[in-house]
Amino acid sequence: MKLSGAEIVCESLLKEGVEIVFGLPGGAVLPLYGAMAKYPQLRHVLVRHEQAASMAADGYARATGRVGVCFATSGPGATNLVTGIATAQMDSVPLVAITGQVPRGAIGRDAFQETDVTGITLPITKHNFLVMEVEDVAPAIKEAFHIARTGRPGPVLVDIPKDVLQDLRTEFIWPDKPNLPGYHPPGEAPMKQVAGAAQLINQAKQPVIMAGHGVLISQAYHELIELAEKAQIPVITTLLGITSIPTDHVLNMGMPGMHGMAYNNLAIDQADLLIALGMRFDDRVTGRLRDFAPNAQVVHIDVDASELDKNVKATVPVVGDLKKVLNQLIPLVQPNVHIDWHRRLDQLKAEHPSLYIRESEELLPQYVLNRLSEVAGGDCIVVTGVGQHQMWAAQHCTFKEPNTLITSGGLGSMGYEVPAALGARMGRPDKTVWSVAGDGGFQMTMCDLATAVENKVDIKFAILNNQSLGMVKQMQDVFYNKEYYAVEYSGNPDFVKLAAAYGIDGMRVTRKEEVDDAVRHAMEVSGPVIIDFVVKADEQVYPWIPAGASVHEMIEVQPASGGPY
Amino acid sequence: MVQSAQLEQHTIIALVEDKPGVLTRVSSMFRRRGFNIASLAVGRSEKPGLSRMTFVVNGDLPTVQQVTRQLDKLIDVIQVSYISTHQVVARELALIKVTTTPSSRVEIMQFAELFDASIVDVSPTSVVIEITGGQQKVNALEDLLRPFGITEMVRTGLVAMVRGQDSGMDAENLGVPISGNGTLQMDSGI
Repeated sequence: MKLSGAEIVCESLLKEGVEIVFGLPGGAVLPLYGAMAKYPQLRHVLVRHEQAASMAADGYARATGRVGVCFATSGPGATNLVTGIATAQMDSVPLVAITGQVPRGAIGRDAFQETDVTGITLPITKHNFLVMEVEDVAPAIKEAFHIARTGRPGPVLVDIPKDVLQDLRTEFIWPDKPNLPGYHPPGEAPMKQVAGAAQLINQAKQPVIMAGHGVLISQAYHELIELAEKAQIPVITTLLGITSIPTDHVLNMGMPGMHGMAYNNLAIDQADLLIALGMRFDDRVTGRLRDFAPNAQVVHIDVDASELDKNVKATVPVVGDLKKVLNQLIPLVQPNVHIDWHRRLDQLKAEHPSLYIRESEELLPQYVLNRLSEVAGGDCIVVTGVGQHQMWAAQHCTFKEPNTLITSGGLGSMGYEVPAALGARMGRPDKTVWSVAGDGGFQMTMCDLATAVENKVDIKFAILNNQSLGMVKQMQDVFYNKEYYAVEYSGNPDFVKLAAAYGIDGMRVTRKEEVDDAVRHAMEVSGPVIIDFVVKADEQVYPWIPAGASVHEMIEVQPASGGPY
Repeated sequence: MVQSAQLEQHTIIALVEDKPGVLTRVSSMFRRRGFNIASLAVGRSEKPGLSRMTFVVNGDLPTVQQVTRQLDKLIDVIQVSYISTHQVVARELALIKVTTTPSSRVEIMQFAELFDASIVDVSPTSVVIEITGGQQKVNALEDLLRPFGITEMVRTGLVAMVRGQDSGMDAENLGVPISGNGTLQMDSGI
C-alpha cells in the first residue's frame, strides 16, 4: 500500500518505539499533523512555544534514557526549537527534531516561513538531514534515531519539505540497518589502553574519580561504584554526573568546580591521578587550565575521541563505551584502601564545610532546597533552570537514583526548568517531579504551564523568588563594583494568582516554618502546584572560583558585607 | 583547542561521502573551532560516491590532533589520515597571469620553462602560466614573477598521496589508531 511521506514518518516513529511527541503545527508541517490523526498510538503534546517542544523532548529523554521527539513547522517554528536543540547538543541528549520545510520548488526563494534550518542547526546538532525524496524519509529517520541514541548521544534534525510529506508514491519500507559508512560508535577499548589505565590506578596514592554525564548515558553506575569501592577511590561528580552515584554513598564527594565543594577542588589540586569517566573537563569544572590538577596524571575514558586532550592532556586516553571499558578495567584494578588519602580528604572536609547552611531568621534559598529535598524524600526528579537556584539545588538536594537531577549544564539555558519538567514527568509518571526555578527563568517559559494543565501533567513548581537575575547580580556585585544594571525584576506577576489563573494550586512561602508544610501539601495535591518561595534577595552562591581563576582564588564564604555565611 | 598557530603545516586527508552539504559541514567545523586551514582541495576519489579532501592545516601537533578527531566525528566523514609523517607526493596547480612588455616577455617565458611550467594563454600585454608542483616550487615561481606584475593568480591548494603501496589509510602503517566514529589514524607520537 502506498503511503504519503507524512504517513511514512509516523510509521517510522512507531518502528522506533516512539510514544510521545512534543510539537506545534504550522503550514509546512501540516501534512504530518494530518497523518498523526490516523496514528493514535503516537501521543502528540501541543505546546505553547516550540522552545518548550525541544526542551520537553530533552527532559523526556534525560528522565527515560529514550530518544525525545519534537515537531515544528518551517521558519519560526524551526528557529524556536533552536535553544532546546543546542541545549541537547551541549549535554549529549538524544533528540530527534522533525521540521516541515517549504515545498521543494520554493526552497531558496525566500518563501513564506522559509529558513535554512539544516544550515542554522548544523553546528548545534550531531547530524541533520534535508530529505528531498520521499524514498529517503524512512532511511533518514532510521539513521536519525541511530545517530541520536548511540555513541555520544545528541540531537538530530530531519527537515522535510511539505511536498515530500504529501508525496504519495512509495510503500513504507523500513531499512534493516542504517546506512552510515562513516559512523562507528566505539565499543570496547584496546586492551593496551585499558592496561595502561589500570597501571596508573594501581600506582596512584591520591586518586580521584571524576564522574560525568557519560556514566549515566552508558548506564555504568554499577560499574562506577564497583571501581570506586574496589580501590576505595573518592568520587567527584560533575553537575551532569551528580546522580551517577547516590548522594549518601560514603565515597561520593559531590560536585567540583566554580560552585563546587571547596574540598573537592582542593582534592583535585592535591590528587596524583584523575580518573575522568565520561566527562569533558568543562571550564566550569577546571577553572584556569594551567593551574588545574597540577600534580595529577590523567586517565580519561570517553566515547568521543575528540574530548580526549581537548582541554586537559590525558596521560592515558581511552576511547570506548564507558560501561564496556569499566568492565574491562575493573578486573585489572587491585583492591586498595588509600587510608592516608582518605584521612587527608576527611581533614579537608572538616576544614572546608562548604555545605553548611548558616542559622538565619530569613528564608534562605539553600534552606528551602535542603528542606524540599528532605521532605520529598530524595527519590523525586529535580529539574532546574540555570543560575543560583541551579547551583543550590546541585549543592543541597540529595539523590538516590540515576537521572533524577535534570539540568541544563553546558548551554546553561534559563527557562529549561518548565518544559523539561513537563517532558520528565510525562516520561516518568511514577516519579514526583519538582521543577526548581528562579523567577527569571520561570518567566521565560511559563506560557507552557498551560500545556501542563491541559495534559494533566503533575509538576510541582518551586520558584526561588528573589525578584532578580540573582547569578548576574552576584557577578555585578563582585566584579562590577555593585553597579547593578538590568538585573532587578520589579514587575513580577503574583505567582499565586498566576497559578489561580491557570486553575492550579498556588502558595506563597515567606517564612522558614512554612517550608516543610508547603512542600508536603504540594506533594499531596494531585496536579500541578506552584510554590512561590520569597527568599532572601541578596543571597549569593558559595564557594566560588571566579571564571578563569584557579582553586587558589576560591572564595569560600560570602564576604562579611553579605553576611557571615 | 584554539592556540596561536605556529608556522607548522600539516597535511590531512579525509575520505568523505559525496553528499550535499559535506563541504559546509567540514568548513563550519573548522571555523567554529578556530582551526586554520591553509588550503583545502576536494575532488572525486577512486570509490564511487566518495570524495577525497586534502587539508593543509596550520598549527601545533595538539591542534592538528584535535582537527583530525573533530573531522572524524562528522558523520559524513568516512576516514581521516594524518600523512605529514609519511613519504608523500604532494602537488598543486596554479594559474598565474603576468603583465608582459616586449622586453620582459622572453625572460618570463624562460622562467616558465625552467620550472616546467606552460604558457597557456598569450595576449599583447600578458601571459597566463600554468604550473604544477610542490608548494615550494609554486611559491618560488610566484616570487620570481611578482616583480613583473602578477595581475591574477589562482592556486588549487595541495593534493597529496602517500608514496608506494601504502594507501595512507592503513592502520598498521600509521601507528596507534584511536578509533572514533570512523577510523582515525594518528601516529602514536602525536
